[in-house]
Amino acid sequence: MTTASVAVSKPAEKKFKINIKDFGILFGLIAIMLFLTLNTGTFLTGRNFINLFDQAAIVGLLAAAATLCIISGVFDLSSTATLAVSAIAGVMITQHFGVAAGFIGALLIGAALGTVTGLTVVGTKVNSFIGTLAVSIIYRGLAIVITGGAIVAPFPEQLFAFQTWTWPSLFGLTAGSVLMLAMTAVLGIVLWRTTFGRRIYAVGGNLEAARLSGIRTGTIHVAVYAISGLCSAMAGMILASRAGSAQPAMAIGVELTAIAAVVIGGTSILGGQGAMWRAFAGVMILTVISNGFNLLHWDTTYQQVVTGVLILVAVAADGLFFRKAPR
Amino acid sequence: MATQQLETPEHVRADRAPEITVSGIGKRYGSSTVLHDVTLSVAPGEIHGIMGENGAGKSTLLKILGGAIVADAGTVSLNGRPVRITAPRDSISHGISLISQELALIPGLSVLENVFLGRWSNTASLLRSRKDAAHFARLLDETGFDLDPRAIVGTLPIGQAQQVEILKALARGAKVLCMDEPTAVLNEADKAQLLQVIRNLARTGTTVILVSHYLEEVLGLVDRVTVLRDGRHIVTEDATGHTPESLVGLMVGREIDFLIPEIPPVPAGAKTVFEAVGLTSTKVKDISFTVRAGEILGLAGLVGSGRSETLLAAFGADRVTAGYVEINGRRTRPNSIRDAIAAGIALVPESRKEQGLVMSRPAPENIALATLSDRSLFGFVRIGREKAVVSSISQSVDIRGVRQGPIADLSGGNQQKALFAKWLLSPPAVLMVDEPTRGVDIAAKALIHGLIVELAAKGTAVIVVSSELEEVIGLSHRIHVMRQGRIVAEFDRNASRDEVMTSAFLK
Repeated sequence: MTTASVAVSKPAEKKFKINIKDFGILFGLIAIMLFLTLNTGTFLTGRNFINLFDQAAIVGLLAAAATLCIISGVFDLSSTATLAVSAIAGVMITQHFGVAAGFIGALLIGAALGTVTGLTVVGTKVNSFIGTLAVSIIYRGLAIVITGGAIVAPFPEQLFAFQTWTWPSLFGLTAGSVLMLAMTAVLGIVLWRTTFGRRIYAVGGNLEAARLSGIRTGTIHVAVYAISGLCSAMAGMILASRAGSAQPAMAIGVELTAIAAVVIGGTSILGGQGAMWRAFAGVMILTVISNGFNLLHWDTTYQQVVTGVLILVAVAADGLFFRKAPR
Repeated sequence: MATQQLETPEHVRADRAPEITVSGIGKRYGSSTVLHDVTLSVAPGEIHGIMGENGAGKSTLLKILGGAIVADAGTVSLNGRPVRITAPRDSISHGISLISQELALIPGLSVLENVFLGRWSNTASLLRSRKDAAHFARLLDETGFDLDPRAIVGTLPIGQAQQVEILKALARGAKVLCMDEPTAVLNEADKAQLLQVIRNLARTGTTVILVSHYLEEVLGLVDRVTVLRDGRHIVTEDATGHTPESLVGLMVGREIDFLIPEIPPVPAGAKTVFEAVGLTSTKVKDISFTVRAGEILGLAGLVGSGRSETLLAAFGADRVTAGYVEINGRRTRPNSIRDAIAAGIALVPESRKEQGLVMSRPAPENIALATLSDRSLFGFVRIGREKAVVSSISQSVDIRGVRQGPIADLSGGNQQKALFAKWLLSPPAVLMVDEPTRGVDIAAKALIHGLIVELAAKGTAVIVVSSELEEVIGLSHRIHVMRQGRIVAEFDRNASRDEVMTSAFLK
């Protein structure tokens, strides 16, 4: 699905042998979109697509980061806690130094918090699931400490500029959507074509083999968490921009939606397998389903049932298709 | 006793163990045949030894009997009646129990709970441990083991844990015990006790089928012996009349002669490339030796003697507490794998699956992994260049089927060759290989041996670790024997198997 497709002993072998199982998720996405196109007059409109991508921005950024984490063999449950702290910090910096400084500050703080999370997990050797869960509680606590539990907002005269990320930009998409798409593309290329990406797969696929190949496994994990922190801060920035404010409880639980999107896309939670386009497909499926429920005026209470079933199907398929071959 | 008999299947309740016949058993993994048309039968109450080199298919045959692996072809019959064994529970219900090298015990539970695992006496689901305790006491009487039923299994020494396995099998009414290398992990006293227990069990009508590497031990114990070679049945004969030498002859066949190529002598005046000085870690003590350019040094010894750990310490992978390694006179930074690699050391580790390969990734990515930075531009992999070098190295070590799919899909031999290829992309000054041909077929084995000799001929200093004595002796210019973390003896390549074996064992 990704990089070196070397056919050495049999040069005649087709280079891009398309495996239907590999792309099942895309067919699923297309099927849902086709269904909605045929059953609503509003799905296939520019306006709705602008809407779709805007809705996908937050989960999309978190899922892009979660893909890196999961492929490298770790989870980051602290991502939305980092999101909240960096959004709050961004608002506070905005109040003192202006909007641009606020955004930059938010990103720096996000990356710093991510680094701290990574150092904590790598340094303590605690299982990443538990480690980042603990860190997320600490960060949420920190958010309450610095806000006193209140909502923070930029000054009214800053609000227009602060809402930059909701403005239409490229192809009419909101700036937030464009940021998400750009970040997904960049991280996708990192994973696909860079030595760092290769090392992420190796570390997640077999930590000991990676170590014995001279890879600094701890450094890779810290870097992945730092990127996750950066993406969280971007998501926080967009969310705060949209709401015009930030508060300690923002985006609680969305980190799990992001992991769900990654898994639905077909990236193995065991690490060492997967791709960025899969996370994007997973995010779009979740978003399109939610969009469809709205357009069809279906009872949105069933939406969660559908999402849950989808996750189960995706994971079961993962178990069936990626089962390890005997030696 | 009541419980045991209630739960023991009818035909096993008979006093005698069944006669076991396997016929035409075959098993393949991908492209490599592990067992081919193996037929043999074992009489009731017999102690039967299955011998062969590593990879001969002994363990696979036992696992098929134990239901851990399903055969592709052939049948297993008990007293002439074919039985279907597709899972461990099938075997157990026929009275066959498999005791593997990796014990299948639950470390957090007590001895008693493990022995009656899943079949605890109960009344309406309430456990009746007193009844189990009584049954346990009877089992201890029968076997002569001395075990505390309340001890937590995870805290027991390995010898006692193995006794728990045996009791577990007996508690399930096993009439046929299949044991895979039962003495490999035991000390002398435990070993002697186990052999006595096996004799007692056989006397009371239990059949024991045993896989072991220890020739003298097997000959002193078994009634009959079967030799497998490369997955094929060679002979089944009475043990009396066989000597360790005659067995080795059967196990190795004539293949050994052409398997290991002629190794050219080390050129006079070849300079020292590798030097370990007083290398000490938690597993090895005060290891000092040198390897010259073009020389192959073999490290022999029993499993756990510190051979692999010497390599890991020299490679910077195991924490070194004292001593150092010099490559071409430059001292490497201790505990830094990266510095070891930079200095020109390459390590082909013992276990492909655990230490060597990223099984979920394609072969080319695995081959490229250790030298990624050599072919990168601003952090990007130079795909074209990578394809070129990977494909040329793959051709030169003859890896078949390098493609996009996970390397897990390739045969063991091709995986092993990929592991070599990975370190040959940038030719190392020192090549350390640990069990270079474990679990690969004969053809791949010959190719890997050829590769090692060829590298040495080009001036690489090579260190070979292998459990196959013939391999170490045949491949090396000199041999160091290790025991309990130290080098205890040195031989040249004319050393006999016996000399090396003798120094490897504590006498």
